[in-house]
Amino acid sequence: MAVSTLPTSTRPRQQNPFRWLTRISLPWQVTIGYLSFMLFLPVAALLLKASTEKPEDFIRIATEPIALSAYEVTFTTALIAALIDGFFGVLIAWILVRYTFPFRRIIDAAIDLPFALPTSVAGLTLATVYSDTGWLGAPLSHLGIKVAFTRLGVGIAMVFISLPFVVRTVQPVLAEMEKEFEESAWSLGASRWQTFWRVILPPLFPAILTGVALGFSRAVGEYGSVVIVAANVPFQDLIASVLVIRQLEQYEYAGATVIGTVLLVISLIILIGINLLQAWGRRYDVK
Amino acid sequence: MTLSKEDGWVKYLLIGVAIVFLSLILFIPALNVFVQAFEKGIGPFFHNLTRPDFLHAIKLTVLIALIVVPVNTVFGLCAAWVIARNQFRGRAFLISLLDVPFAVSPVVAGLMVVLLYGRNGWFGPFLQEHDIKIVFAMPAMVLASAFITLPFVAREVIPVLEEAGSDQEEAAKILGAGDWQIFWRVTLPSIRWGLMYGVILTNARTMGEFGAISVVSGNIIGKTQTLPLFVEQAYKQYETEAAFSAAVLLAFLAVVTLVLKEILERRTQIKEVD
Repeated sequence: MAVSTLPTSTRPRQQNPFRWLTRISLPWQVTIGYLSFMLFLPVAALLLKASTEKPEDFIRIATEPIALSAYEVTFTTALIAALIDGFFGVLIAWILVRYTFPFRRIIDAAIDLPFALPTSVAGLTLATVYSDTGWLGAPLSHLGIKVAFTRLGVGIAMVFISLPFVVRTVQPVLAEMEKEFEESAWSLGASRWQTFWRVILPPLFPAILTGVALGFSRAVGEYGSVVIVAANVPFQDLIASVLVIRQLEQYEYAGATVIGTVLLVISLIILIGINLLQAWGRRYDVK
Repeated sequence: MTLSKEDGWVKYLLIGVAIVFLSLILFIPALNVFVQAFEKGIGPFFHNLTRPDFLHAIKLTVLIALIVVPVNTVFGLCAAWVIARNQFRGRAFLISLLDVPFAVSPVVAGLMVVLLYGRNGWFGPFLQEHDIKIVFAMPAMVLASAFITLPFVAREVIPVLEEAGSDQEEAAKILGAGDWQIFWRVTLPSIRWGLMYGVILTNARTMGEFGAISVVSGNIIGKTQTLPLFVEQAYKQYETEAAFSAAVLLAFLAVVTLVLKEILERRTQIKEVD
């Protein structure tokens, strides 16, 4: 597998248009074949199915009030959740990199739990803990704050699943940062805040932005934890992914396809944005 | 000194705020899974473990992973080799393509499988003619899981493959080793920890996948219900105890995954020092 065999044949070429496929090595064949079958084909099926709708129908379905409200709930809540994670993610990365304290390694490892824990388990436990009788929900409900089965619950679930993205993007950059810069700023008379805003934050900024964008992207697509924690009432806490499933369950293939396509396109745009952000973050790297 | 005193004060404040946030979002909910599952001792847990639908869900979850993990491992190795060992036009594009399954909502992934293989899908008429059932049956669940976990192995192997370099492979080639020999004797040993990490992540995500699976499975109890689907179903039917029995199994899988990840990361660090 490691080294491709060079084409050595000098025999007359056959007129088979797929001849080149037999001349590339096995890893290339597997990669191209599998990606075509598993990735291109499904994406093409969705896009072509969507294109069979007339443009005016597409726009009408995509902008129905229930769909618009689902986008609003999804994107606003995901953005707020990603920003909250942006703030606390930097704080957590900071204490993990710069300070030593008991259980630091265990806490560090536990940050990845939202990656590893199945989303339905996350939804189940968040719905229980934040329900009116739960450990955290009961004291909150005394204060008149309802979390489970409301939009706030959707937000908490999104904060949960997006957290590792910010921490794990910021942490390595912070770990590589030279402490000398801070110390020299400090010794030149900069205050603590000045040092943080002028010296520490600027080089971290691309990483923070990338982490927030990754977290946002994950929160926008999240389904499992949100569907369990939310009441899924249209115009209140119904998110776009849940709407797609609702449409499918009612055999509304056109509706599911159109909203699914909107979600797919937005995800791809976010992905391109993240790639540009990462390129921007690496612009000073020595090759 | 005033400076270090102030430093200590800020340090403890920051650690305190971070721990409170993590407790509210992460630690207390995680702890809750184990407490709820074993609240009445381990009796109810083992009782639920003997329910036929529960056992079937475990079997199906493991079976899907047994198919998806090897297939995606082979693909991941091939894709990683293509990307790490070759320079070609569109290489950066190919790397971004690998991220598409991460970016797409699992529900949309499931929808795409339904649109391809469902009754009204592209292959629908052909499949019906030959009496092959894909959607609302295991094949679609395998396809959806494989789509979601497609990038993991390649993502983990590419950096280790790049770091290992191709010098040893070329040396082996000159010394007369065949392609397979080079792969088994030279390449594989040098990437084994990264590969193992990718395999573990693929496995964890496959066993825990929920969104894509719930679109394509139809959630037929005792037929197409995996453990994550069982959790939701049981919770919806107010069988909280059964839900947490299944949840704790999955949580245990997550903890094992994290422990293995930690071990593998230390291994690779030790290797770097060498």
